[in-house]
Amino acid sequence: MNQPNAENLSLAQAHILGPAGLTEDDLDKAFGQLMAPGVDAADMYFQASRHESWVLEDGIVKTGSHGLDQGVGVRAISGEKTGFAYSDEIVLPALLEASTAARAISRSGASGSVRAWQPNHAPALYESTNPLDTLTADEKVELLRRLDAEARAADPRVEQVIVSLSGLHDVVLVADSEGQLSGDVRPLVRLNVTVLAEQDGRRENGTAGGGGRHGYAFFLEADKALDYAREAVRQAVLKLDAVDAPAGTMPVVLGPGWPGVLLHEAIGHGLEGDFNRKGTSAFSGRIGERVASPLCTIVDDGAMAGRRGSLSIDDEGVQTQQNVLIERGVLKGYMQDKLNARLMGVKPTGNGRRESYAHLPMPRMTNTYMLAGPHDPAEIIGSVDRGLYAVNFGGGQVDITSGKFVFSASEAYLIENGKVTRPVKGATLIGNGPEVLKHVSMVGNDLALDSGIGVCGKDGQSVPVGVGQPTLKVDALTVGGTEA
Amino acid sequence: MSSVAQPNRQSARPLPDQPELERLVQFALDAARRHGADAAETTLSVDQGLAASVRRGEVETIEHRRDRAMAVAVYFGRRKGAASTADFSERAIEDAVKAACDIARYTSEDPCQGLADPAHLATAVPDLDLYHPWDLSVDEAIDRAQACEQAAFDTDPAIDNSDGAEVNSHGGVRVYGNTNGFLHGYPASSHSLSCAVLGRRGDDMQRDFWYSVSRLPEGLASAESVGRQAAARTVARLGSRRLGTTTAPVLFTPQMARSLLAHFVGAISGGNLYRKASFLLDSLGEGVFAERVNLREQPHLPQALGSAPFDGEGVATRERALVEAGVLRGYVLSSYSARQLGMETTGNAGGVHNLALEPGDLDYDALVGGLDRGLIVTHLMGQGVNLVTGDYSRGAAGFWVENGEIAYPVEEITVAGNLRDMFRSFAAVGSDTDIQGNIRTGSILVDRMTIAGE
Repeated sequence: MNQPNAENLSLAQAHILGPAGLTEDDLDKAFGQLMAPGVDAADMYFQASRHESWVLEDGIVKTGSHGLDQGVGVRAISGEKTGFAYSDEIVLPALLEASTAARAISRSGASGSVRAWQPNHAPALYESTNPLDTLTADEKVELLRRLDAEARAADPRVEQVIVSLSGLHDVVLVADSEGQLSGDVRPLVRLNVTVLAEQDGRRENGTAGGGGRHGYAFFLEADKALDYAREAVRQAVLKLDAVDAPAGTMPVVLGPGWPGVLLHEAIGHGLEGDFNRKGTSAFSGRIGERVASPLCTIVDDGAMAGRRGSLSIDDEGVQTQQNVLIERGVLKGYMQDKLNARLMGVKPTGNGRRESYAHLPMPRMTNTYMLAGPHDPAEIIGSVDRGLYAVNFGGGQVDITSGKFVFSASEAYLIENGKVTRPVKGATLIGNGPEVLKHVSMVGNDLALDSGIGVCGKDGQSVPVGVGQPTLKVDALTVGGTEA
Repeated sequence: MSSVAQPNRQSARPLPDQPELERLVQFALDAARRHGADAAETTLSVDQGLAASVRRGEVETIEHRRDRAMAVAVYFGRRKGAASTADFSERAIEDAVKAACDIARYTSEDPCQGLADPAHLATAVPDLDLYHPWDLSVDEAIDRAQACEQAAFDTDPAIDNSDGAEVNSHGGVRVYGNTNGFLHGYPASSHSLSCAVLGRRGDDMQRDFWYSVSRLPEGLASAESVGRQAAARTVARLGSRRLGTTTAPVLFTPQMARSLLAHFVGAISGGNLYRKASFLLDSLGEGVFAERVNLREQPHLPQALGSAPFDGEGVATRERALVEAGVLRGYVLSSYSARQLGMETTGNAGGVHNLALEPGDLDYDALVGGLDRGLIVTHLMGQGVNLVTGDYSRGAAGFWVENGEIAYPVEEITVAGNLRDMFRSFAAVGSDTDIQGNIRTGSILVDRMTIAGE
C-alpha cells in the first residue's frame, strides 16, 4: 500500500497537466498572475474525476450512469480575505483568467512569483488503480443480481430490493504559493442494499452497505457484499415488530461502529478550526478543559489505510495524520486547514478538505472515533434498569453555537432490568455536545469502525467520512419517541 | 471560460447564447442516434454568478462561480444508459454519449423506461419572467453585505459576534431536448442576501440567521431589514430552557411548516409510491389532511422561485389542485413512475413547482394568542422522518407558550408523532404565507405531538 507518493504526483501530473498541455512553466506564469503583493498565500487545485453508478431494482438492472468532471479552483488569500474563482476547462487562458479574478481580493497591482516547485513525498494510503476498471460491466451487473437474489432468499417478507454500486476515480494536483506540488489518486467505492419488507399490511425498510478507498474487489472479500444484503433484510424484518419508542431522558447504550456518528455531531464539528477561530463554537476557547468523562479519548485520523474518510494528503497538499481531539476527557486540539491554522497560530492538521475544485477548502473531519475502554459490552447492557439500546443510525445534525445535536436511531431496543427486550421504532436522540460525554459512564472493549458509508455536509459541501466507537453507555440522553 | 476583462463586474460575463447551447443538445441527440440509440434525451445547464461575504465588517470571501453540466440518457428499446459531462467540447459530448450507449448494453429491458409520451410535451414555452440579471459589482455586493451585518450589530447590544453576511447573485440557462423533437430552454436568475449573527447573555450563546431571496434584484428585502431580523431572532433565543416530557399542540412557523409539506410531497411522489415506500399508498380520493387544507401547484406564477414552463422531461407543467378540502386529488409523477403505477405523468419529473397552501384567516400573533399552552417550533434538526411508516421524530427549538403569550425560548427537545396523524390534525393554517421558496405556506398548527425533554 505504501507506495511512494512521488509516483502519485507524476501520475496526477500526467493525467491532468498532460492532456491540457500545461507545464510547470505555465504554473509559474499563472502564479505570477495570482501573487499580488497583498496576497499571503495562494493555491491551485486541479481535479479530474470519473465516476459511475449502477442500480438494480425490481430484479432488473434499471440504469447505469457514467460521469466525467474536471476543472481547476484558484484561491488567493490576503489576511482573512479569500478570493476564489474556478474553471471547468484546464487550459492556460482559463487558468490565467481565474487567477486574475481570485487575486482581485487584494487590490494591488504588481506581480509576484513562487519558489521552485518541490514535490510532496507523503506516502499513499491506497492503491492508485482506477476502481471502475477493476470489474467488467458483466461482473458488476452479476454482483447486483447476486445481492438481489440473496436478499429475496433471506426472508419471504421481502417485497422490494434496491442495490446500488458506485465507483469514483479522483485525481488531484495541488500547487501552492510555497512551491509545493502534491498529487493524489483517490479511489472510492460504495455498495448499498435497501429492502422493503411487508407483513400484515405493515411495511418497513432496512438498509446496509459499505465501501472505502479500494477497487471493487473489496466487496468480494469474505462475502462482504452478501452480508450487506442479509443485514438489510435483518433490519427491515426486525422493524416489522417494533413498538413505539419511549420519550424522555434515560440511560442510552450505543452499539459499536456507526453509532459513532454521536462523536461526529456532538464533538467533531464543534472542534473544527474555522468555528473556533471565529469564536462561534460551543467549544471555543476551551482547550485544556474537561469536556468528557475520563473514559473518553477521541481522535480524528485521516491516515488510516484504505478507509472512506482517509486521504494521503488533504486538499491543500498537507499530509494527513492522527489528531487527538479529546484525551481522557480533556479537550486537546482542533482540526485545521491552512487558513485557520495560520490565523490561530498553529500548524495545519491535514483536515483541509473541499467537495471539488469548484468549492473552497474548510476544516473537515476524516475518520473520527473513540478508543476502546475497559468494559465488556454485556456488562454495559446488564447495568441498565430501564433504557434504550441503539445500534443503528441515520444521520445527525448539530447547532455549532448552542452545542445542541441530534442523531436518529433506525434500529433500537428497550433495555429492561439489564436485558435487551423489544425492538422500538426509530427515534431522534438529542443532547448537548459539551455535556453529553461527561455522562459516559462505561466504555466497551469492542471498538469498531463503520463499514464505510458516511457523508458529511457542511456549508453545502459534501465529503466522505468515517466514524467509530466501542459500545458505550450515556447515563442521560433524551430519546424523542412518542410514548411519553 | 470566456474572457473577463473586468473580473470585478459580474455583468462582464454574459450568459452563453441559448441557440449555441441548443446546438450542443442537438449534437448530443444526433450522436446518440449515430451510435444506434432508438431514443435519447439531454439536459444541459449553465449557471454563473458572484458571492461576496463579509464578517465583522471585513471582506471574507469573494467567489466567482460558473458551473455547467450536461446529462444524456439513451434508450435501446426499453433499455436505458446515462452519462454526464462538464466538458462541452464535441469530443467530450461524443464520449459521454458513447459511455451511455455502452452502459445500455448491460441494463435490462424495462417496459416503463423511455421518453415522455409526445402528447404530453409542452408545445409552447410560456415566458414566466424568471430571468432578471443583476449588474452587481464586487464593491456593491460588499457594501450591501456590510450594511446588512452592521444593522444586525446595531439592533441589540447582546449581538457580539457574527458568522457574516453574504450577497449571492447568479443566473443560468437550462435547455432540454429529446429525439421526439422537443428542444427548448429558458434562462432564470436568483439573488439572495443572508446574515447570521451570534448573541451572548452570560454563558448562553445562540446563533440565528435571516435571508431574503428573489429572482429580481429589486425583489430583495433591504439589507437593514434582513440584518435586524437576524439579530432579533438570535436575541429571542437567548435564555433557552428545556421542557419536561409532555404532549401539547405544536405551531410550526412558515419556514418549518414548509418541511412538513415537503414530507407530504415525498410521500405522494411516484418513486416512493411504486416502490410501496410511502405511508400514503392508494390514498387518491381519500382525506389525508384536515378538511381545512387546500393545496395547489402553480407552475406558471410569473417571477416565482418554483416556476417552470416544462418539467425535467419536457412535459408541460400545469396548474392543478393537489388537495381539496383535505382530499388528495393527485400524485407527483414523472413518465417513468406514472407507467409503473399505470397512470399518466403529472409533469413533475424533477419535483413540484410552487406548491401553495391556502392561507387561513388568523395571522401568526392570533394563532399564538389562541394557544392555552403549546410549543412554537422555529428550528428543526436531523432527518428523523420515515416516509415508509410516517413516523416522525426530530430535534426542535422554539418558544413555549402559556395563556396565549410566549413564556420563554426552549431548546434541546424533540417533537414526535406520525405524519398521517399530524396531517389530519392541522388545526389551523396561518395567513402569514412565506413565498420565499418552492413551497408557499403560512404557519401550521398541529393539534397534538409528543415533546421529549428533561
